[in-house]
Amino acid sequence: MENFIIPMIIAATPLLLAAIGELVTERSGVLNLGIEGMMLMGAVVAFAVANATGSTPLAILAGAGAGAAMALIFSVIALSLLANQPATGLALTIFGIGASGLIGQGFVGIALEPLSKLSIPYLSDSTALGRILLSHDAMVYLALALAAGVAWFLYSARGGLALRAVGDNHESAHALGYNVVAIRYLATLFGGACAGLGGAYLSVVDTPMWGENMTAGRGWIALALVVFATWRPGRLVAGAYLFAAVSILPFYAQAVDTFLCGRAPLLCFGDSEDKLLTLLPSQFLAMAPYLATILALVIISRDVNLTKANAPACIGRPFRAER
Amino acid sequence: MIRKFALALAGLMMATGAYAAELKVGFVYVGPVGDFGWTYQHDQGRLAVEAEFGDRVETTYVESVPEGPDAERVIRQLAASGHGLIFTTSFGYMDPTLKIAKMFPKVKFEHATGYRRADNVSTYSARFYEGRHVIGLIAGMMTKTNKIGYIASVPIPEVVRGINAATLAARAVNPDVTIQVIWVNSWYDPGKEATAAKALIAQGADIIMQHTDSPAALQAAEIAGVLAFGQASNMIKFGPNAQLTAIIDDWSPYYIARVRAVLDGTWTSEDSWKGLAAGEVVMAPYTNLPDDVVATAEKAAADVASGAVHPFTGPIRDRDGTERIAAGAVADDGMMLGMDWFVEGVQGDLPK
Amino acid sequence: MIVLEPRPQPSRALALLSPVIAIGLTLLAGGILMALMGKPPLEALRIYFFQPFGELWMWATLPEGEREMWLYIPSEVIVKAIPLALIGAGLAVCFRANVWNIGAAGQYTMGAVIGGWFALSAPADASGLLLAPYLAAGVLGGMAWAAIPAFLRVRFNANEILVSLMLTYVAGYILDWLVRGPFKDPAGFGFPQSEDFQDAFIMPVLVEGTRLHLGVVLAIVIAVALWVMMGRTMKGFEVRVIGAAPRAGAFAGFSRNRTIWFVLLLSGGLAGLAGAIEVSATVQQLQPQISAEYGFVAIIVAFLGRLNPLGALLGAVILAISYIGGENAQILLKLPKAVTGVFQGMLLFFLLGCDTLIRYRIRVMRPARG
Repeated sequence: MENFIIPMIIAATPLLLAAIGELVTERSGVLNLGIEGMMLMGAVVAFAVANATGSTPLAILAGAGAGAAMALIFSVIALSLLANQPATGLALTIFGIGASGLIGQGFVGIALEPLSKLSIPYLSDSTALGRILLSHDAMVYLALALAAGVAWFLYSARGGLALRAVGDNHESAHALGYNVVAIRYLATLFGGACAGLGGAYLSVVDTPMWGENMTAGRGWIALALVVFATWRPGRLVAGAYLFAAVSILPFYAQAVDTFLCGRAPLLCFGDSEDKLLTLLPSQFLAMAPYLATILALVIISRDVNLTKANAPACIGRPFRAER
Repeated sequence: MIRKFALALAGLMMATGAYAAELKVGFVYVGPVGDFGWTYQHDQGRLAVEAEFGDRVETTYVESVPEGPDAERVIRQLAASGHGLIFTTSFGYMDPTLKIAKMFPKVKFEHATGYRRADNVSTYSARFYEGRHVIGLIAGMMTKTNKIGYIASVPIPEVVRGINAATLAARAVNPDVTIQVIWVNSWYDPGKEATAAKALIAQGADIIMQHTDSPAALQAAEIAGVLAFGQASNMIKFGPNAQLTAIIDDWSPYYIARVRAVLDGTWTSEDSWKGLAAGEVVMAPYTNLPDDVVATAEKAAADVASGAVHPFTGPIRDRDGTERIAAGAVADDGMMLGMDWFVEGVQGDLPK
Repeated sequence: MIVLEPRPQPSRALALLSPVIAIGLTLLAGGILMALMGKPPLEALRIYFFQPFGELWMWATLPEGEREMWLYIPSEVIVKAIPLALIGAGLAVCFRANVWNIGAAGQYTMGAVIGGWFALSAPADASGLLLAPYLAAGVLGGMAWAAIPAFLRVRFNANEILVSLMLTYVAGYILDWLVRGPFKDPAGFGFPQSEDFQDAFIMPVLVEGTRLHLGVVLAIVIAVALWVMMGRTMKGFEVRVIGAAPRAGAFAGFSRNRTIWFVLLLSGGLAGLAGAIEVSATVQQLQPQISAEYGFVAIIVAFLGRLNPLGALLGAVILAISYIGGENAQILLKLPKAVTGVFQGMLLFFLLGCDTLIRYRIRVMRPARG
C-alpha cells in the first residue's frame, strides 16, 4: 500500500496546487480555463530560475509569479474589459503553451544541479505510516496547507465571506459595498500563482527537467477537479488524491489484482491472467471521475439550498459596476 | 495594379530563396524539437548535416506535425518550396509521404520506420533491438531482485521487439529474471513515465528500462537509488548514479550519407535498417558498472555489430510455449517487423 | 483610472472594425516579437498572415500549367476552416441564447465515433449513397452528446458549461478505448487506429489536385441558413430574446427550456457533423487524435465572428490562415512552432479586448473616492 500511496500523493500534488487556486478563482465567480497555460509558464520560468540560481525556493516563487502574471493578462481582458471568460481562458492556454515553448527552447536536455531536497528536517520515520505521512518534499505539505488555509479563509475569514458573496451574487455584493472587480482580480491572481506553483512542482521538484508541453493536460484535470469537489477545499484534497490514484492505478493493475483476488476471489474470474483491472480497459477507469463529477453536479444543482451552499452562482458572468 | 503587386510579391519570394544552397533538405517531426527524445535526436541528425555540408545545404524542419491531415500539407509545402530531399520521421507519415512523392517525382523522400517504398521514396530505421540486447545482458547480470522493469509506450512491433530482445538477453545470463512491462500509452508524458518507474520499483524491480522519450524515468530511478538505462540520447546528466548506459539513436551517419548521395547524384530508393555496425545505434559510455560487466557488454556489442551474434537466435518460445524460432535459426527481418508476441519471461499484458 | 461607459446602442461600426483593430494590434505586437527574435518583421508577418492568400493573387500571373498548384494552399486554408466554421456557426447561435456549450470538442468526437462506427460496420463495397446516412450518424452522435447537458440543465439546473466540458474528457476516452480495442485495425501493426474508411464514406473532392471537399458547401449552406434563421425567423428572434432578456422572453411566451434544448442540440449536431466530416475527408480512419481541439478553437471562431453564423465563416478562415501561416513560417523562416501559439494567443487577447469597444466607451477618469 505504501508503495502505491506515496506516488499517488506526488502525482496529486500538482493537481491539488493548480486546483486549489482555480477553486478560489471560481468561488469569486470567475471561470478561468487557462490553467494549462499558466501551469506551463510556471513550469518553464521556475526551471529557468532554478537553472540560473540553483535555488529551489526562488524557482518555485518565480513559478508562482509567472502564473500570476498570466492570470493578470486574463484579468485585464476578462474582468476589466469584460470579455467572455471561457474564450479568454482558452486564449490564455494557447498563448501559454506557445510562450512556454518559446522560452524553454534553450533548456531542453539540461539537467538541474542536484537540488537541496525540500524535505522538512526532523520529520522522518522508519515505519510505513511514517514514510507515507512524513517523507515528502515540502511542496506536498505546502499544497495541503494551502488547501487548509483556503478552507479557513473561505468559511472563517471576513475576506472569504466577501469572496463568496461576490461569487454568489455580484449585484448584491456590490450593493453591500464590496469592490467586486478588485476581489475578482485578487482571486484570479491567486489562482494563477497556484497554477504556477503546480507547474513549478513538475519542472523543478517531481521531474526536474523542461520539456515542451510537459504538463500533458494536467491543467484540464485540475479544472475538472474543482467541479468534482463542488468548490469545497476538503473535497478537493480528497478528489485530487482520487484522480491521481485513478491515473496511476493501471500501473499497479497486476499488484492490485493479486491483492483483490486474495481477498475476494469472486471478483476474479477466468484463469489467472484475466483478472479484474487487467480486463477493465484503463480508459473506463480514467473516465469514471468525470462521470462522477457530472453526477455530483446534478445532485447539488437540483436543490437550491445545496447549490447555494456549494456553487458560485455567478460563475463566468462578467460584472460592471453601475454608478 | 493587383498584377503589379503580385509580381512584386513573386520577386520578394524569389529573393527569399536567393542565396543558393545546392540542396534544401526538409525534416518533418512528429514531436517538438524540445522533447529530448525521438524528435530531438532526429534534429541532432539535421544539425550534423548542416555541420558537415555547411553552405552547400540548407535545412528546414517543421515540428509537432500530427500524423493525419496536416502531415500531407506540410510534406507538400516542403516539396513545393524547393526542398530536394525530405525526411519524414514518423510511421504515421507513410501514406502522405507516398502520395506527395507521386506528385513530385524529382524530389527524394526518406520515410522513417515505414515499409512502403517508391522510386523516389526510401525507408530507413535503426536496429535498436541490438542495443536492447546489450542492455538486457547488463541488466541480467546486475539485477539482485531478478526483476527488471520496462516502461513501454504503445504495443507496436518496434516496442515488442525491444522488450523481447532485452528479455532474451537477460535470461540468457540469468534464467531467473522476469521483465515486468507497464504500458503508459503515450510516448511523452514525464509525470506518467516517472510514476510508472516508481510503480515498477515498488513492485521490486531494481533496474528500469524504458521505451518512452523523457528522462523522467531515469530521474525516478536515480532518486530511488536503483539502476536504469537512458533512451534515445545519453541521459547521464539526469541520472549520474543510475544510468548504466543508454541506447542512443544517432541518425547523423545516415542523414549525412543520404544528403551526400543526393549531392553526388547517386541517390537511389532503398530500404535501410542498420544498427550498431553502422553507428546508427550507439551505446553511451558504460557507467556505474563493474569491469567484468563492461567487458561482457562491450564484447556483446562488438559481436552483434560483426554479425557473430544475432539477438533473436532460436530456440525461442513465446509465452504460450509455442516455438517461434527453431533451434539454430535466427529471426528474419519480416518476422521481427511484425513481432506481436512476448517471449517467455515477460510479465504484463500485451494488448491485441 | 480607466472607466467603461456603456453606449446607448452597441456600435455597429465598431462591431465590424474591432477584428480589424485587433488584427492590426497583433501585427504590431507580432512584428515587435519578430524583431526581438532577430527575424525581419515585415517579411515574417507577410508569411504568417498574407502568404496563404498571396499565392492566390499570383494566380493570374502564372502560366496555364502551374495555376492548379498555386490553388493548393488557399484550398488547404478552406479545408482547415471547414470544421471550425461548422462548429463555430452552431456555437454562435448557442452563445446568442446565453447558453454556454464549452464541450463542442466532445460532441465533435462523438460525431466522429458514431459516424466511424457506421462506416466501419458497413459491408464491403458499400454504395456511395451511404455517405448521407454516415453524416447523419455523425450529427446524431453530436446531438446525443449535447443532449446530456441540455437534459441536466433543464431538469436539474446543472451548469451546462461544466457538464459539457466534463463530457469532452469522457468522449476522448471512449474514442481512445475504441481505437485501441474494438475498432483497432487487425492489420495495423498494433498502432492505435481503425481500418481505413471505404471510398463510399470519403467526402467527394470538389477540385482535382486539392483536398477541397464537399464539406465547404455544407458549411456555407448551413452558415447562411443559420444566419437567415437568426435574423429572419421567429425561432431566431426567440433565441435572441431568451439570450438577451429571459424574463421578457417568458412574457412573450417563449420557453427558456425549449431554447436550451434547441441551441444545444443544434450546436452539438453541427459539432458532430464536423467530426464526421473531418474523419471522413482528411483523416479517413479513426485514431486517438482527430483534432478534437477544433471544438475549443471554434469557441474563439464564434467570437471572432461576432456570434454571427456568417461571421463564423470568416473567423474560421482567419484561424485557419494562422495555422497554415505558422507552418509556412517554420518552412520559410525557420521559426519554431511555439511562435504560432503566441501569435494566436495575442490575436485572441486583442480581439476579445477590442470587443469591449462595441458596447462601451472607454473614458479615462480620475480615481473616484468614497
